[in-house]
Amino acid sequence: MTYLALTDADREAMLEAIGVSSVDELFRDIPKSLRLDRPLDLEPALSEQELVEHLSALAAKNVSVSRELSFLGAGMYDHYVPALVDAMLARGEFLTAYTPYQPEMSQGVLQGIFEYQTVICELTGMDVSNASGYDGTTVAADACYVAKHVTGRTKVVLAETLNPQTRQVVKTYAPGFGLEVVEVPHRDGVTDPDEFRQAAADAACVIFQQPNFFGCLEPAPELAAAANDAEALAVAHVDPLSLGVLEAPGAYGCAIAIGEGQGAGNYLSYGGPHYGFLAARQDFIRRMPGRIIGETTDLDGERGFVLTLQTREQHIRREKATHNMTTNQTLLALAGLIYLSWLGPQGLREVGETCMGLGAYAKEQLGLQPVFPEQTTFKEFAIRVGQNGPDVIRAARERGVHPGYALGRDYEGLDDALLVCVTEKRSPADIDRLAAVLEEVAAA
Amino acid sequence: MKLIFEKSQPGRRASSIPAYDVPKADVPEALRRERAPRLPELSEPEVVRHFTALADRTFGVDTGFYPLGSCTMKHNPRVNERVVMLPGFRDLHPHQEEEGSQGTLELMWRLQEILAEVAGLDAVSLQPAAGSQGELTGLMLMRAYFADRGEGEQRTTVITADTAHGTNPASVTMSGYQLKKVETDERGNLDLDDLRAKVDESTAGLMLTNPSTLGLFDEHIEEVAEIFHDAGALLYYDGANLNAVCGISRPGDMGFDIIHYNLHKTFSQPHGGGGPGGGPVAVRDTLEPFLPVPAVVREGDVLRLDYDRPKSIGKVRGFCGPFGVFVRSYAFIRAYGPGLRAMSEVAVLNANYMLARLRDVYELPFDRLCMHEFVLSGRQLKREHGVSALDVAKRLMDYGFHPPTIYFPLIVPEALMIEPTETEPKETLDAFVEAMRSIAREAAKDPALVKDSPHSRPVRRLDEVKAAKRAIVKFGFEEHPDLSGRPAEGEALEAQKGA
Repeated sequence: MTYLALTDADREAMLEAIGVSSVDELFRDIPKSLRLDRPLDLEPALSEQELVEHLSALAAKNVSVSRELSFLGAGMYDHYVPALVDAMLARGEFLTAYTPYQPEMSQGVLQGIFEYQTVICELTGMDVSNASGYDGTTVAADACYVAKHVTGRTKVVLAETLNPQTRQVVKTYAPGFGLEVVEVPHRDGVTDPDEFRQAAADAACVIFQQPNFFGCLEPAPELAAAANDAEALAVAHVDPLSLGVLEAPGAYGCAIAIGEGQGAGNYLSYGGPHYGFLAARQDFIRRMPGRIIGETTDLDGERGFVLTLQTREQHIRREKATHNMTTNQTLLALAGLIYLSWLGPQGLREVGETCMGLGAYAKEQLGLQPVFPEQTTFKEFAIRVGQNGPDVIRAARERGVHPGYALGRDYEGLDDALLVCVTEKRSPADIDRLAAVLEEVAAA
Repeated sequence: MKLIFEKSQPGRRASSIPAYDVPKADVPEALRRERAPRLPELSEPEVVRHFTALADRTFGVDTGFYPLGSCTMKHNPRVNERVVMLPGFRDLHPHQEEEGSQGTLELMWRLQEILAEVAGLDAVSLQPAAGSQGELTGLMLMRAYFADRGEGEQRTTVITADTAHGTNPASVTMSGYQLKKVETDERGNLDLDDLRAKVDESTAGLMLTNPSTLGLFDEHIEEVAEIFHDAGALLYYDGANLNAVCGISRPGDMGFDIIHYNLHKTFSQPHGGGGPGGGPVAVRDTLEPFLPVPAVVREGDVLRLDYDRPKSIGKVRGFCGPFGVFVRSYAFIRAYGPGLRAMSEVAVLNANYMLARLRDVYELPFDRLCMHEFVLSGRQLKREHGVSALDVAKRLMDYGFHPPTIYFPLIVPEALMIEPTETEPKETLDAFVEAMRSIAREAAKDPALVKDSPHSRPVRRLDEVKAAKRAIVKFGFEEHPDLSGRPAEGEALEAQKGA
């Protein structure tokens, strides 16, 4: 099956108009020695029906959260995605448009992203948001790059309670950016503001996560203050679905707020595509990475929207650009806007409260030792399961339940710990089942 | 049209959340949210109508012809949207154990094998989220490769062409390299003399698009590769124009050591108004140890994720990359099979046909057959009638077409860069050609008609200077500024639009 349209008669007429006798002749500028003299070694073409059958067979080899009761989180969350999001994203105009370089053709998507930027600023308490970044890890590297240029400093400080993958991505980018990365260890599951203050001296920025990777609530205002005391940019990595109940980073002095948008309107999809968000105080508007949509007027004075502040960008500034980003995650960000418009402020608060309530219920029902008993948690919490984490996961999965993420993968001394996540999609009955399965596994 | 916030009514809502019988948990006061975010408050039917109206004001490939050069706006098959929504893909958690994600790992492994074959290279990482991230990844691979050979300090420079996409020089800077630019010769190839003078022991590599952004295949690519390899440097292939050569000529055979693919161009991931995309990289075996982790590997019938790569540059993105993009691109490729060659052949045929039918009306800066796209100059219209490439682009909207890329590449004045792709019927190509010819006539007879266009869109030309000066980048709620004054003074921004 192909998606081509030309008939044999079309081809003939076209070759004649060009003045060549064959399609091969069109490639005469490619040296003969570089032309592939055999067909590509690929499997034969499939019809549409065969394609669906083949991909369905592959999909059936996976055990998704729709087949297994799952308490996995650790950065990707199984929140409910309303039908409205699927329906709107299936509109071909949104799906099949390119970047809105020609604004008169693209007012719909431009206005949508302007509204997305507004919603992100409202959630985070910031003044300016870009049109999205790749995901929750790369926006952290982006924030470091902004901070380096704003402060002229070359050290970045990461709380150890920041998602390990986010830290890994920052470390990958750091050598090219000319940055040194320093990590601050956690104390009983959270970051100590005094240690953070010391590390922040001479730093371009500090990044902490709220709620942190363990699900614990950090003393975020104190961490931001510690950064501000050292004149380092305070960067908060936040869960958008916590921001109906938790304070906005802008309200406690952060310079930049970043995060992973997946939980707000995107499916799990094995890790992508999703959207990362990056919002900042007004001061940094001309250092922002990526696309930004701005309001303007047309020749009649009517309101309209365009890509703006483009003199920051690679296509104008080339080697002097603030970033090389071109493609972003517009469609996924649009899904985020649609989801948050469905949710509304009340819905956002209710989802946050529901997750927290279920989390507290789960901690109690499981009756296992919390790793960080002193801390308040949001929708995730760490527990000791008395045996090696991966063994418990294997045994529980044999009983149809995925109990959570093995923290020993990333942290020393936590080989017997699991990170359990409850979203509003896990009912109290689901949690009771997890408790029963973990009890069974412990007894086995 | 109103913004969604202007339709909002306090107390209205679309959502319903399950009400479980569990006690409420308290947020410590110091961390509790004080003022609720002003999210929209609408009923579900209102939300549906709002986004339907936004879709109505957006133009996609589904709406009509979209010959945006270098962006490869081909048809996005609907079956790909169906398979990406299979619950086994859509609802799979990325931390699921390997035993529970064999289907996903197999799909990624198969896609890696296919991409390696198309590029003629040895190993693939699917992780980068977009072409520009693929570029950064490729440059990080260069850095790691030279550091490993003890040449890290010595190799400080990366060379790009003067026709390069803006991402190339931006990526060079972001990855900590110095930039050198090489000029284009009178045939549209890299200027070999200029190149020889700029390549030395400090050169880490070349970044090149081939065919170039002029839509021309570099006739001396073998010599170019030799110059770099003789100097111990590497060649990086910007895959933005790979749609011209699938199954016809392979970057690895041309001498390139690293390539990124744009899955949202060549392999039909819908671009969603700006993203998502996918920017996998492929490398020669000498560079494989440095690829991002985890690698997807096959051991007998079992697939797994390999993190044990001590020389790896690390991670450039979360998890294994944008998996949903892989599903669509894999499905697209499997529909063609080895017929991918026909895809590229028709893309090149379509472009040459349009070029043949337009070259007597618009100037052709390099008189050669083109590959999958071509660049015309509107210089003559500008000089004789004061009608710019921007005016031609805006007028095309009135004929129902999305404009081509304009003002790029930078070395062609009043550039119009046209890429039809392979999926358009001849009738559409003819209609676009007729529109371009008609606009050239209008420019001579009634230039004001062209300069005032578009006349058929929801808005007239928008004031980009005012947007940049005022920088209103979010809704102001109660403090909304009045922008209704006269359009800002100053030259219109002749920024490139597209590519």
